[in-house]
Amino acid sequence: MAIEHADVLRAAHLARVGLSEDEATGYVDDLSRILKMVDQLQAVDTQDIIPLAHPLDATQRLRPDEVTEHSQRERFQACAPAVTDGLYLVPRVVE
Amino acid sequence: MMQWETVIGLEVHVQLATQSKIFSGASTAFGAEPNTQACAVDLGMPGVLPVLNENAVAMAVKFGLAVDAEIPETSLFERKNYFYPDLPKGYQTSQMAQPIVGPGKVEITLDDGSTRSVRIHHAHLEEDAGKSLHEDYHGMTGIDLNRAGTPLLEIVSEPDMRSAKEAVAYIKALHAIVTYLGISDGNMAEGSMRCDVNVSVRPKGQAAFGTRAEIKNVNSFRFVEKAIAFEVERQIELIEDGGQVVQETRLFDPERDETRGMRTKEEANDYRYFPCPDLLPVTLDGAYVDHQRALMPELPSEKRHRFENQLGLSAYDAGVLASSRAMAEYFEAVKDVCGDAKQAANWVQGELSANLNRENLEIGDSPVTAEQLGGLIQRVMDDTISGKAAKQVFQALWDGEADSADAIIEARGLKQVTDTGAIEGMIDQVIADSPVQVAQYREADEAKRGKMIGYFVGQVMKASRGTANPQQVNSLLKQKLDQA
Repeated sequence: MAIEHADVLRAAHLARVGLSEDEATGYVDDLSRILKMVDQLQAVDTQDIIPLAHPLDATQRLRPDEVTEHSQRERFQACAPAVTDGLYLVPRVVE
Repeated sequence: MMQWETVIGLEVHVQLATQSKIFSGASTAFGAEPNTQACAVDLGMPGVLPVLNENAVAMAVKFGLAVDAEIPETSLFERKNYFYPDLPKGYQTSQMAQPIVGPGKVEITLDDGSTRSVRIHHAHLEEDAGKSLHEDYHGMTGIDLNRAGTPLLEIVSEPDMRSAKEAVAYIKALHAIVTYLGISDGNMAEGSMRCDVNVSVRPKGQAAFGTRAEIKNVNSFRFVEKAIAFEVERQIELIEDGGQVVQETRLFDPERDETRGMRTKEEANDYRYFPCPDLLPVTLDGAYVDHQRALMPELPSEKRHRFENQLGLSAYDAGVLASSRAMAEYFEAVKDVCGDAKQAANWVQGELSANLNRENLEIGDSPVTAEQLGGLIQRVMDDTISGKAAKQVFQALWDGEADSADAIIEARGLKQVTDTGAIEGMIDQVIADSPVQVAQYREADEAKRGKMIGYFVGQVMKASRGTANPQQVNSLLKQKLDQA
């Protein structure tokens, strides 16, 4: 699978990573080589293999449905850039 | 003129009634001060780890069992990635490839009483996002993350519905199931049930589906019906004018009864799902599923069948009484007190429902308790009071005049008079007081007499303040008037 300049920019945008044109060109090369390795893996017959969801051979522990966390709003909001009336403020989201 | 067929599929998000969040120990209570119920896990602080709430799992499994679905032994959580300020982690923890509830089906009942089945594609667990408040906060948007991490069960149907009415019947059926199971309060106004509606049209007889539009966040039974009606008409007009429906997300505007296209972002659907490395696969063995099954209450369709087959109610009565758990429980309590299902059904659907509707109350808010109503019906059945007096007693109970039907009957002297001598006394008095009417009656032929006797019955009932037994009054009057 070939990767192109536009694909790299799109992936960067989806992940909100800022890339210059030069950096993007570098990643086209890097990612293409990674994908070549993936192509090699594709050659393996995985017909009868169940996909691995997690590398640990364990299952999810469940917790009882109890309220154990109480408000620490002041502490959490101490590191927020802007708050008002208990709300976090963010640059205006235009719908 | 081309005939069109509507095709509808629904994604219903049900907020689960857990005490704490799906992955954290913060409270899910509605209406708290902003951000007082958003803990470090909900905020996506560095280093925190989610731990799955057992009750959310149990609720999802119960729902699956209620819709005859397979419960797979293993299910997985995945990350759905997108950026929005009310999603602190930059992804929503959800399920896609291996959801907790597999394919199932729901029986829906239409207005004419007919039933049909709607297939469930799957249902999966996920977390809710926070809330964005777009009022002006110094030119910024306010974020309340109390709702972030609240457990949701997203129920995805197959495109099996063919009209807005069927879609509404389906949502009502889901609403009944989740409230019966007690896994959600089903409060649509507070957002406990939210719907995304997929609508398309195709020429009747065509097998392939048309292009669909998705209408987001439709929050009441009525809006679902209106949004679909508008959207169907829009799509048909568009196609008949030579246009094409584009696949897009639209919003329903309840103030104008129309749907509008949202600004489409090209990457909108690129969520890049991948398994969440912070959560291990969830494994549910047969014993766990059986345990949940044992904890389930009787479901609406089972109740409906029992009311019909064991209690001898009509299909219509059984359907109405089983439609909500509160209604069914009230009815059964009345029936247990008075011992007669048919009478209990008549009173609950008649006098009680009329009063509740008039004052816009839910059955849970009824000022007349099931015990009080059952006690009243007993007094009608043992002939202590007449049917007419019973309505008075009901109104007095409704108005809180006394605690029981017996107390009101006693205080108002409504005990039915069945003593023939006493009734005859009142009849003689009425006949003596109404010489003109008596003369007219006696001159009339048999056909007219039937109507005219109503006047005398009314006078006697009035004289007895409604306490005389009307059947007795009727037959004694007829004897006496016909005598001369």
